[in-house]
Amino acid sequence: MAIAALEVRGLSKSFGSNIVLDNITLEVAKSEMVFILGPSGSGKSTFLRCCNRLEEPDSGEIFLNGEPLTEKNVNLNKAREKIGMVFQAFNLYPHLNAEKNVSLALRKVRGFSTEKANEVARSALDKVGLADKYRSYPSELSGGQQQRVAIARAMALEPQVMLFDEPTSALDPELVGDVLEAMRDMKASGITMLVVSHEMNFAREAADRVIFMDNGSIIEEGPPEKIFTAPTNSRTKSFLTRVSGN
Amino acid sequence: MSQWERFTDTFFNRAVIIKYLPDIYHGIWITLELSILIVIFGILLGTCLAVLRVYKILPLSFCIIVFADVFRALPPLVLILIAFFGLPSAGVYLSSFFVLFIILTLVLAAFSEEIVWAGLTSVDSGQWKAARSTGLSLNQTLIWIILPQAFRLAIPPLTNRAIAITKMTALGTVIGVPDILNQATTAQSFSGNASPLMIAAIIYVIIFLPLVIASRWLEEKFSWRKA
Repeated sequence: MAIAALEVRGLSKSFGSNIVLDNITLEVAKSEMVFILGPSGSGKSTFLRCCNRLEEPDSGEIFLNGEPLTEKNVNLNKAREKIGMVFQAFNLYPHLNAEKNVSLALRKVRGFSTEKANEVARSALDKVGLADKYRSYPSELSGGQQQRVAIARAMALEPQVMLFDEPTSALDPELVGDVLEAMRDMKASGITMLVVSHEMNFAREAADRVIFMDNGSIIEEGPPEKIFTAPTNSRTKSFLTRVSGN
Repeated sequence: MSQWERFTDTFFNRAVIIKYLPDIYHGIWITLELSILIVIFGILLGTCLAVLRVYKILPLSFCIIVFADVFRALPPLVLILIAFFGLPSAGVYLSSFFVLFIILTLVLAAFSEEIVWAGLTSVDSGQWKAARSTGLSLNQTLIWIILPQAFRLAIPPLTNRAIAITKMTALGTVIGVPDILNQATTAQSFSGNASPLMIAAIIYVIIFLPLVIASRWLEEKFSWRKA
């Protein structure tokens, strides 16, 4: 059996007495796109942040292509290079232009020369359709453009797994398409993707698997066709009914 | 002598001014030298202390907070007098210049620490998350992402505080630092004429007015940030 790109075993996390993640186990195959759905407060975002240990899980193990990520002496900074993350609020560096937003980690983490880092950064921006925005500061870009810079920033490091935390939730509807387009391209290039999002149509079209989370647990999973048309769990059903507005 | 003549003779006496201007001129350099040293070391020390608090080493953070609060609460004159007149009894002899430098540097450091810390904490936590997610270390994130943004917020209040502290170099007069005010008061008592004090006032305005204007400019320049 092939080694999973991302494997999570028995992950738990509490904030005080509030159990946010309750013994989550999940395997994501190489090049697979997995969508995580669930009501707000179900622990989706916390789960995502635990995957690159931005949030420290209380217990459980995480493996990236078989390499343990949760062991004590693991070099987290080295490991995080291989896990890209895109945030709901973009989180671009406001004091740096688009090119420098992308090239910073290439220089400081990868040790690229400024010249090489800029070159890689520009080609990453080209890929997300921002060839004319190298010198623009985040405040001069639309939300959709900012999110694409953020995607370029993560992609430039050539990660093995990409985590998306509600990448389109803060965008005006007409700007969502460009970001989804960039994600489609990424999927086509074989990147493993774990996506928390409410873009149901996109999930239906692009996801290989959909996971439904509630109260910190995975309560249902399967191919999108099955989850969307014939969910078995009553909570999945009621959630899908609410978000689809029927 | 008319009222007007008596006024100009008291505050703008040509002869007195010409006689004592060289002394006051010497005081300008002392004041400038002290001000520059205090601003550089005070802001540097304050920034270092604020950055140390990022590491969340509780006993250390506690000490820094106590230092900042005490030095912000006490009148600098009290500290200056204690250091200059108290320490020799304990066998520690410091020059008046050094006492003034060290005390005002510590006071500015205390204020700068609070200002920079406020800047550091008001940078959105998403910036930390984004930077760390690309593999930048804590220190790299601080240096390249967080501090530049924190300083943007901190520069206007830091400038104001730096001006307030450098004006306090005039307190050196009390312990005999030969700064502008000390030279002027000495000249005033020798001549029995207030003109040297007027000259001192004018020199303070010439030195500090550009700084005040610069701080207003900085405030406007950086205020668009963090809307």
